[in-house]
Amino acid sequence: MTAATAPAPTRSGSRRRHRLSWLTSHWLVKLVVLLIVILWLVPTVGLLITSFRPTDDINATGWWTAIPHMFDKATWTISNYDAVLSRQGFGNAFLNSLAVTIPSTVIPITIAAFAAYAFAWMEFKGRHILFVVVVGLLVVPLQMALIPILRLYTSGAEVFGVTIFPDLDLNGTYLAVWLAHTGFGLPLAVYLLRNYIGSLPSSIIESARIDGADHFKIFTRLIIPLSVPVLASFAIFQFLWVWNDLLVALIFLGGEPQNRVLTQALMELNASRGNEWQLLTAGAFISMTLPLAVFFSLQRYFVRGLTAGSVKG
Amino acid sequence: MTAPPVLPDKVSEPRRRILSAGARGSLLSVVRMVAALAVPIVGFLLLWLTFNFLRDSDANRLLVALVAIVVGVGGVWLLYWGMDLLVSTVLPARIRESIRPAVFVGPALVILAVYLIYPAINTTILAFKDAKGENWASQGGLGNFIDIFTNSDTLVAIRNSLLWVVIVPTASVIIGLAFATLTDKLGRRTEATAKSMIFLPMAISLVGASIVWGFVYSFRSAGFGEQIGLLNGIWTGMGNKPVAWLLQEPWNNLYLMVILIWLQTGFAMVILSAAIKSVPEDLLEAARIDGASEWKVFTRVVLPSIASTVVVVVTTITIVVWKVFDIVFVMTGGRFNTSVVAQRMVKEFFTFRNDGVGAALAVILFIAVIPMMVVNVRKFRQQEETR
Repeated sequence: MTAATAPAPTRSGSRRRHRLSWLTSHWLVKLVVLLIVILWLVPTVGLLITSFRPTDDINATGWWTAIPHMFDKATWTISNYDAVLSRQGFGNAFLNSLAVTIPSTVIPITIAAFAAYAFAWMEFKGRHILFVVVVGLLVVPLQMALIPILRLYTSGAEVFGVTIFPDLDLNGTYLAVWLAHTGFGLPLAVYLLRNYIGSLPSSIIESARIDGADHFKIFTRLIIPLSVPVLASFAIFQFLWVWNDLLVALIFLGGEPQNRVLTQALMELNASRGNEWQLLTAGAFISMTLPLAVFFSLQRYFVRGLTAGSVKG
Repeated sequence: MTAPPVLPDKVSEPRRRILSAGARGSLLSVVRMVAALAVPIVGFLLLWLTFNFLRDSDANRLLVALVAIVVGVGGVWLLYWGMDLLVSTVLPARIRESIRPAVFVGPALVILAVYLIYPAINTTILAFKDAKGENWASQGGLGNFIDIFTNSDTLVAIRNSLLWVVIVPTASVIIGLAFATLTDKLGRRTEATAKSMIFLPMAISLVGASIVWGFVYSFRSAGFGEQIGLLNGIWTGMGNKPVAWLLQEPWNNLYLMVILIWLQTGFAMVILSAAIKSVPEDLLEAARIDGASEWKVFTRVVLPSIASTVVVVVTTITIVVWKVFDIVFVMTGGRFNTSVVAQRMVKEFFTFRNDGVGAALAVILFIAVIPMMVVNVRKFRQQEETR
């Protein structure tokens, strides 16, 4: 989904035809676009400016009053960030977010890639039906899984008195969240990767097999390097999804302060100190730094990943 | 989706010869067998130990996070490698290649079974049971659903969700479509910049967006200092009394929806923009030569050709809207008649400890989402086939 393709040359010709009306309407178009852009950016800009203002200023005047004094040194401070990172535990929360998000991205991609390869290039009974079942699971919303999984984590599962899933006391651990995100991300990942890996030319894989490579070697040496674009798109989507998630973290990571991820920390800060905007704005901006960095540096993959992944449960 | 041809097995033949190549070969295979058994066992033990360390330790958070990342990422690869090695060495060559697919697909299927299939069935059953999930619910099992459709609180949540589902996708698509159409007429550079500014909120979490907008809506009673929230700043600047926006029923629902519209418009815009650009240029040209105004070109030519994309965007955003929980949870906690189904479900489950009603709400959500998802997956498959 590359959004910005150049307009076909004929278009400028038709424009020339109504040159005068086109010129005026062109400026009108620009104005309207500018207005919408400003409208869209103002809330975030307000947050960013506020996060760098001293507490007293924030509470005394609106953030927009700081703009005329923007070159005055006394207008700005970084003490809000200092306070949030050290005293409100956002430094820890940032690390926890990383510890949750990176494995929650890599594990589902790995598992999905192996499965996708098998669905595409290995012969086994029922592979078509299994693949349809996997894709069908896209319809199951996350909410359907919360209660049973939490019960599984806290007390295991028994069928007719036989323990089929031991009580592992998983709740509140990283592993609990990794596996949950893996489960919820898998149908989409398998689907996307299977479509891509299945469309790779069979001649490469055949010649690798003639050279004596087994499936595992073909997969790691050939398929993974060739699938980098689709892996990157899904990785970015899943990374943002997990990083920005509150619900799964809230339920499976639990309330222990030392385990909190950024979204939890932000939510709790909002609940306990909802009026202390110096903390809230700085905290909110800290939680946005990584996604925004990904957005600006990998925009192409980002758009592709989000558009492909928007159906996720 | 046409299935790619499946390859004949060419690996097992040479290896079979190696295995039957005398004493040296069999000694080698014994060593490999031991190694193959040892790798998964040692790997599992290692994972288990670090897992316990992660749970119990009060160690430095940076260290914990690093260990967690290494174990999580490395563990999953170790698992596959160990399993594959096991299959290649321990199993007799004859059945090796028929077992190997299980190594590749097995983990995915196990996780899907545990995390989606089992819960979907279990939640459906729980929806017909009591609060603790022990006995069948009253009224022959339908008690939870009867509760939901008679209790005024849950009815409000359902009403609000329906409002969200109508308003948010509509507004996002209209603004996104307008923006995509307008920027299409601009230069390439300007277009790309303007679009990325609208798309930017997609990177922000719903919690973060709630804080952003919470600040926009923030309120101080008159006489308690200047208004620091943007909306009240403008509002009082126009000579009005400050307003506690989030307490204004029923409009507060709309103010919460604005947050999601703000987030989703970028998505609608990107997809619709791509669709608009794929409308054939000579079609537009022909309409213009026939003297059609730009508005007519848009409504009679562009709109009909992107109709199916609009449907996909609407269904996709609708799915997101049904499941949105964070905004309401963070902004109002569902008070002031702002609750929605997904947020109410968590509340029933967590706060009221009523698993039955929580599960029933999840089932309602599931049923509401199914038709949208069917449309989407179908559409996606068509796209893949024509590519």
